[in-house]
Amino acid sequence: MGGLKLSDVPIAQREQMLRLHREMLRIRLVEEAIADRYAEQEMRCPVHLSIGQEAVAVGVCQALRQTDRVFSTHRCHAHYLAKGGDLKAMLAEIYGKAAGCIGGRGGSMHLMDPAKGMISSVPIVASSIPLAAGAALSDQLDGNDTVSVAFIGDASVEEGVFHETANFASLRKLPVLFVCENNLYSVYTPLRQRQPDRVLADVICAHRVRAVTVDGNNVAAVRRATEEAVNYARAKDGPSFLVFDTYRWREHCGPSYDNNLGYRAEEEYEEWKVRCPIELHRRQLRSLHLLSDGEEQELIGELKREIDAAFEFAKAAPLPEPSEASTHVYA
Amino acid sequence: MTQVRTINLGDAIREGLTEAAVRDPAVIFMAEGIADPSSVYGTTKDIGNRIGMKRIIEMPISENALTGVAIGAAMMGKRPVLNFHRVEFALLAMEQIFNNAAKTHYVSKGRHRVPLVIRVVIGRGWGQGPEHSQSLEAVFSHVPGLKVVMPTYPRDAKGMVIAAIEDDNPVIMIEHRWCHYVAGHVPEGYYVEPLDGPRVVHQGKDITIVATSYMTLEAVRAAEALEKLGYSATVIDLRVLRPLVIDPILKSVEQTGRLITVDTGFKQYGIGAEVVAEVVSRRFDALKAAPVRLGLPDHPTPSSRGLIKGFYPDATTILQNAGKMLDIADNKIAQTIDDIIANRKGLQIDVPDPFFKGPF
Repeated sequence: MGGLKLSDVPIAQREQMLRLHREMLRIRLVEEAIADRYAEQEMRCPVHLSIGQEAVAVGVCQALRQTDRVFSTHRCHAHYLAKGGDLKAMLAEIYGKAAGCIGGRGGSMHLMDPAKGMISSVPIVASSIPLAAGAALSDQLDGNDTVSVAFIGDASVEEGVFHETANFASLRKLPVLFVCENNLYSVYTPLRQRQPDRVLADVICAHRVRAVTVDGNNVAAVRRATEEAVNYARAKDGPSFLVFDTYRWREHCGPSYDNNLGYRAEEEYEEWKVRCPIELHRRQLRSLHLLSDGEEQELIGELKREIDAAFEFAKAAPLPEPSEASTHVYA
Repeated sequence: MTQVRTINLGDAIREGLTEAAVRDPAVIFMAEGIADPSSVYGTTKDIGNRIGMKRIIEMPISENALTGVAIGAAMMGKRPVLNFHRVEFALLAMEQIFNNAAKTHYVSKGRHRVPLVIRVVIGRGWGQGPEHSQSLEAVFSHVPGLKVVMPTYPRDAKGMVIAAIEDDNPVIMIEHRWCHYVAGHVPEGYYVEPLDGPRVVHQGKDITIVATSYMTLEAVRAAEALEKLGYSATVIDLRVLRPLVIDPILKSVEQTGRLITVDTGFKQYGIGAEVVAEVVSRRFDALKAAPVRLGLPDHPTPSSRGLIKGFYPDATTILQNAGKMLDIADNKIAQTIDDIIANRKGLQIDVPDPFFKGPF
């Protein structure tokens, strides 16, 4: 969209661009607030932060309806928020409180808000892929045009269940999107040590699944690519595999930076940081004069007030009763 | 529930599946070869003719993914019935079964339900060998959130498979292949046998025998032989392994003071171990003798009929142990065992005894 003039951009698209910015910024601020407070040791569960990867969650979810279904992984904060999950319930869940989205049963890795279409998060690599395909099968049988999304990471394509599901989804033309956030690392192990040199999206071609690779730090491009895939699925043409190249800024699990460990080069991190998804989009907004510095500061203030209030709520909320632990084993 | 006819357990299950699917459009079927000439040992044969082929879903050879697909569909309100020809194939899907099927309701604080039936066939005989004839019910029974059922009799099987489909939880239904041939009286139409615990299938006062699946038939045969010797045994068909309902077993042991368990799986860490532990820790004072567990020995199941001699417990093993617990003279037990062996008329040990076909 370089060189665009504001007059070229329809009002609806301007609103959408601001929404993309707002949603990414909100996720960034929530994640940073978690990182800032993590050392207090009151969030007593592992946290896998999405800082640096916000554009994928936001770009994808902005192309979905609320009734579309999202399945996520251990790194689910951004997906949950982008799909409209309740912030207070998310933080309360991470704090292990009764008011958590699932009452402290799952913690950070199991976030869900089914009413918003955030169906489930499963922290075993690739485990939620077939769940999304199953939801898609159910919708296909019902004859509706709902679409299901499985967010996965680059390591998921190494799992058999990815290929098993891709084969089945292609065979039946299921309305499902496999959305891969390729952040180049599985914990500390780089992609090149786990997979041969290849185009990641190509692995699904033998299953005859439509595959697209897009800059995962370009939120508008993510949204467009997703919209195309969603339309394809709604038209009953079948699944898509979307590979969004992006980068996790902080450690795999926890609040800190870990470039000092030496598993990846500081320069690599710096290169990706320059390509911050929020900054890239902000530049676009600035050049179109859609968002002034003052307006953004106002937005940041508003979001921080919301986030601070949510943290206060989560901290003050009571822990669940021990007797609650043995309920809901069976329906 | 009008007519009562005699049919075998495999056909009873097919009737149950068909009735449930006709009644509830949410029921879907998935298997490798779901509608092929075999149709899961005939148990899913022609269901598509009744309900339409749309709900009959052929599975690629992808057990893990298709189990996940079934779970995902179940979370959305479908009632999938997933079928595995051998329990060993379900091993490829354990991640999905243990994590997503068993825990989704719990983790979601009750928001999600997983009304899923997973039928797995176990069995023995005809040289099936180490990876085609295991009985892994204890593995499934270890996991909270799953229900595990093992019907023995046709009437139970039909009503229990309907109950499993109606159930809002993941139900693992373990079917012994030899039990598919067991005949019995089965009502027509739709009826539910609640998944509510064990059933006393033979009344007695001297000893309690708790059995699962095919071993229930062996236990009943042993009980009938004991009767001829002037002793009576209560045989309890466990039916529902998880959640375990122990009260009827405790009640029986309070009367008899003696307990033998006999199940189709490995003895160590097995179903019998759980039953015995529950009885001993809750009714120690009622016991007149140390309980006995009968199960498979501590090695894999070999193929050759030469190697499986003595591998499986049967009515004669039960009799020997019951004889010791009841102080029955050795020669009397030996004579009874000889009679049972003679009744087999030299039949090879890798095929079921015709005695077990019923009707029951």
